[in-house]
Amino acid sequence: MGAVDLDICARVKEDRPLLSVQGVKKLYGSRIGCTDVTFDLFPGEVLGIVGESGSGKSTLLGCLAGHLKPDAGRILYDGRDMGALGEPERRRLSRTEWAFVHQNARDGLRMGVSAGGNVGERLMAVGARNYGTIRDTAADWLGRVEIAADRIDDRPSAFSGGMQQRLQIARNLVTGPRLVFMDEPTGGLDVSVQARLLDLLRGLVRDLGLSVVIVTHDLAVVRLLADRLMVMKSGRVVEQGLTDQVLDDPQHGYTQLLVSSVLQV
Amino acid sequence: MSDYNFAYLDEQTKRMIRRAILKGIAVPGYQVPFASREMPMPYGWGTGGVQVTAACLTPDDRLKVIDQGADDTTNAVSIRKFFQRTAGVAVTEATAEATVIQTRHRIPETPLCEGQILVYQVPIPEPLRFLEPRETETRKMHELEEYGLMHVKLYEDIARHGTIATAYAYPVKVEERYVMDPSPIPKFDNPKLSDNPAIQLFGAGREQRIYALPPYTQVVSLDFEDHPFEASKAPHDCDLCGAGDSYLDEVITDDRGSRMYVCSDTDFCAGRRAAGHVGRLGQPGAAE
Repeated sequence: MGAVDLDICARVKEDRPLLSVQGVKKLYGSRIGCTDVTFDLFPGEVLGIVGESGSGKSTLLGCLAGHLKPDAGRILYDGRDMGALGEPERRRLSRTEWAFVHQNARDGLRMGVSAGGNVGERLMAVGARNYGTIRDTAADWLGRVEIAADRIDDRPSAFSGGMQQRLQIARNLVTGPRLVFMDEPTGGLDVSVQARLLDLLRGLVRDLGLSVVIVTHDLAVVRLLADRLMVMKSGRVVEQGLTDQVLDDPQHGYTQLLVSSVLQV
Repeated sequence: MSDYNFAYLDEQTKRMIRRAILKGIAVPGYQVPFASREMPMPYGWGTGGVQVTAACLTPDDRLKVIDQGADDTTNAVSIRKFFQRTAGVAVTEATAEATVIQTRHRIPETPLCEGQILVYQVPIPEPLRFLEPRETETRKMHELEEYGLMHVKLYEDIARHGTIATAYAYPVKVEERYVMDPSPIPKFDNPKLSDNPAIQLFGAGREQRIYALPPYTQVVSLDFEDHPFEASKAPHDCDLCGAGDSYLDEVITDDRGSRMYVCSDTDFCAGRRAAGHVGRLGQPGAAE
């Protein structure tokens, strides 16, 4: 009897969206940043947001991550209204349950601090005070993102672009977040490095059961990573659905243009 | 005497500084902004400490000024002379006799007692400054008690040097709330900050901040469980007075690497020698 009840509880929990976005709108003066954005993100799901430059992707991501304050609409995280949440609570969430991977690794790393310190920062921010444990955890995470253990005391400025990006990912995932925001994580990397990074990301997302919102203009990235896809143009969502469905059978004119613009090698 | 108002600053300025001091004492470790004045000395020479001292002095006070523990170095001598001229207060070199002590980078070895005021000169009051350059962000971090970054600095020390190599301006936590820069005192002095019967005031002139520790405040030096805080000093005894428990200066005595270690607190060292203690290089009865 009890086991059945537990099973139902677990499933009900799974059925509740982790992130629920309802009619979010952000204006820059009289110009539209993004408007009428509504979607649900469930635990373990990867949502891709694609669109050209200036389509409002990054504005939307900024609103979701709490960097920008939306002018209208509601964002519910785990059933809680983010607009009503105080700043201390929001900042606590953003260093425990959330992670933000910047396009430019330099924005997300402390360049003057060693790789180990970068990974350890979030641990220390949530109260870890044992040097040995922090260092072991940092070394473990560097291993997971394929950075050699002997680089743990090197500064990120001595790392290549791809390594910096992998370090940024390790730094973000070390506290076991539930929700990860990624802004063009593969931007500015050459294709072979991109491929390895994507491979790594896909593995981590599967293993850790992360929910991810990933913003990109690269359709190949969403094809590999995303379960669902949202296409944005001029601040509005013009099409959304399962990734393969949207990419293989685009309905909206803009999506058709986007898909046909990809260079075939 | 002179045409200066008592203790150089005008009465309104002193009131403004006193208000900042009272606020600082009410919220131990919190950096209170104040309208720092131009003083007749360059920034970095103790303009903050001088203003705090000026606001605290009364005609009955007896002032002691030390610079790195010494009463007879340039900074100490000129600030002492400044207050002799502008306030006409009595001065002393004996820690126990002073009511107000202005200090640069040391806490006297002689334990302080109730009724004394210790004024520190502070170059950079913000302990998070070299980790986070944005003032708006560091204020937010103090507000929300986000002090993880302070431990990143200590982590870096251990990763690079094997131990916590920060030897001065060692960050402390006051009454389990604010993280504070104790000014560049050696970490040997950190334990004396805590539970001290004297009032401790910190003045940063260029950065326009005053903060304070009221008497008997709990002050804890930050550390890791497996790398605990250690109040370190040179592993020697004073060569003049033989003291094994005072903070030492290393003095190079010739071009062949000979050196001697002497107490950085000159008053403490002279007192011990007068009491008959003799170190490795000291001569009996040679005090003063």
